Amino acid sequence: MNAYLTALRAIVLREALRFVHQRERFIAALVRPLVWLVVFAAGFRAALGLSITPPYQTYITYEIYIVPGLCGMILLFNGMQSALSLVFDREMGSMRVLLISPLPRWWLLICRLIGASAISILQVYTFLLIAGLFGITLPWHGYLLVLPVLLLGGIMLGALGLALSSLIKQLENFAGVMNFVIFPMFFLSSALYPLWKMAESSALLRDICALNPFTHAVEAIRFALYGQLNASALALTALWALIFIGLAVWGYDPARGMMKRKG
Amino acid sequence: MSGLTVSDISYNYGAKRALDGVDFAVDPGTFCALLGPNGAGKSTLFSLLTRLFTAPSGRITVAGYDLASDPRRALAQMGVVFQQPTLDLDLSVHRNLSYFAALHGLSGREAASRIDAALERLDMIERASERVRNLNGGHRRRTEIARALVANPSVLLLDEASVGLDAAARRSITGHVHELSKNDGLTVLWATHLADEVFDDDQLLILHRGQLLENGRAGDLRGDMALTDYFLSRTAEGAA
Repeated sequence: MNAYLTALRAIVLREALRFVHQRERFIAALVRPLVWLVVFAAGFRAALGLSITPPYQTYITYEIYIVPGLCGMILLFNGMQSALSLVFDREMGSMRVLLISPLPRWWLLICRLIGASAISILQVYTFLLIAGLFGITLPWHGYLLVLPVLLLGGIMLGALGLALSSLIKQLENFAGVMNFVIFPMFFLSSALYPLWKMAESSALLRDICALNPFTHAVEAIRFALYGQLNASALALTALWALIFIGLAVWGYDPARGMMKRKG
Repeated sequence: MSGLTVSDISYNYGAKRALDGVDFAVDPGTFCALLGPNGAGKSTLFSLLTRLFTAPSGRITVAGYDLASDPRRALAQMGVVFQQPTLDLDLSVHRNLSYFAALHGLSGREAASRIDAALERLDMIERASERVRNLNGGHRRRTEIARALVANPSVLLLDEASVGLDAAARRSITGHVHELSKNDGLTVLWATHLADEVFDDDQLLILHRGQLLENGRAGDLRGDMALTDYFLSRTAEGAA
């Protein structure tokens, strides 16, 4: 087998095996979106009225609206966490092992992104299954069509994490990233409220939300879940993925970036 | 030229000079000990040798390949044991090695035979299916050395590979690696701050405050002194 594919298979398999051995982490990562779905959405259901907008063909309840955003949330948190733990925690060693491979660095980083996304996708499907038990079901082909979109979104958000980990020296711990990257990205997006609703309170906020790469990922997921294609959201997610991968590869270039830091 | 050459490498962290014109060569089949107190620049040198980052000036070649201009060929010739543990604790010894083999593009029967040979070499074959978590520190280190050998490197770099091991495990690991250079013709660079891991026939480099103070046969350099005393006297002198 081709050396590139051999490495890809091994890296994805390693992530999968680590996931099997870290069930607690898997469950913990599921609790977050489920709490939002069951508690938060129930509370907001009465407060928020949603009109009929594509891809929805009828009035929907709030918990139906936020399911795609919570799928995105899983990708976002996991992408950041895996990229940053890679650098700041115990994982530094395994990153070094990865980087002494004679394969090109950009390929190794992409393999790592695909591996981490694969685990996120398993979590998203588990989440959708549990959401189904709560009565939130989707058209059957939505479950299939969302798969490539989740992969793309996972790679995009993971690449953002990798790029941040290599480029920004101040982000020394996960709490900082949480406050300055994850929360703004999540709240300033279409994950929790539609953009038109946001525009009612502030046009500026709406514009910020519309520029947020996470919004594009969430919208691409939302349409795919209902068997539809949101071409612009998908294209923008892909574009951001390319930009973030480019930044990550640049950041991990041995002549610059975070690697220059001592230790 | 094969082996390992480091030519006039300097490196700064901001205003702080970590390496200052370091220059040496290690021939094939040579065990070269890089001795230096903590903070001497050993870790920086290892980061440069493993291409974690690159030096703005100077040149490193591995088995004749320039690390800057031909990094992939150079890395393919290099086996590395890092100071910090880098094994997946929840995976078996064999899985750890096959993961590494795949990172070097090896799979199937070829990977399996290389893994067996490497484990055999380090007397670890009977532990192949054990989880790394259940191994003691010495066996974990041996697993890491075996892993470094899987891709058939001609140059082996070890950064404080004996840290945290008890005396017996330390002696065993040091012995194993000396044999690798003597019997298999590997070029070995062994960084340590412990003088008792160095044999008289080894090439000895003493690094202190980013500068290479000595480069020669350990037995010749130490003369009548114990190597530990010699090392202390050289690094104390350098500090004065």
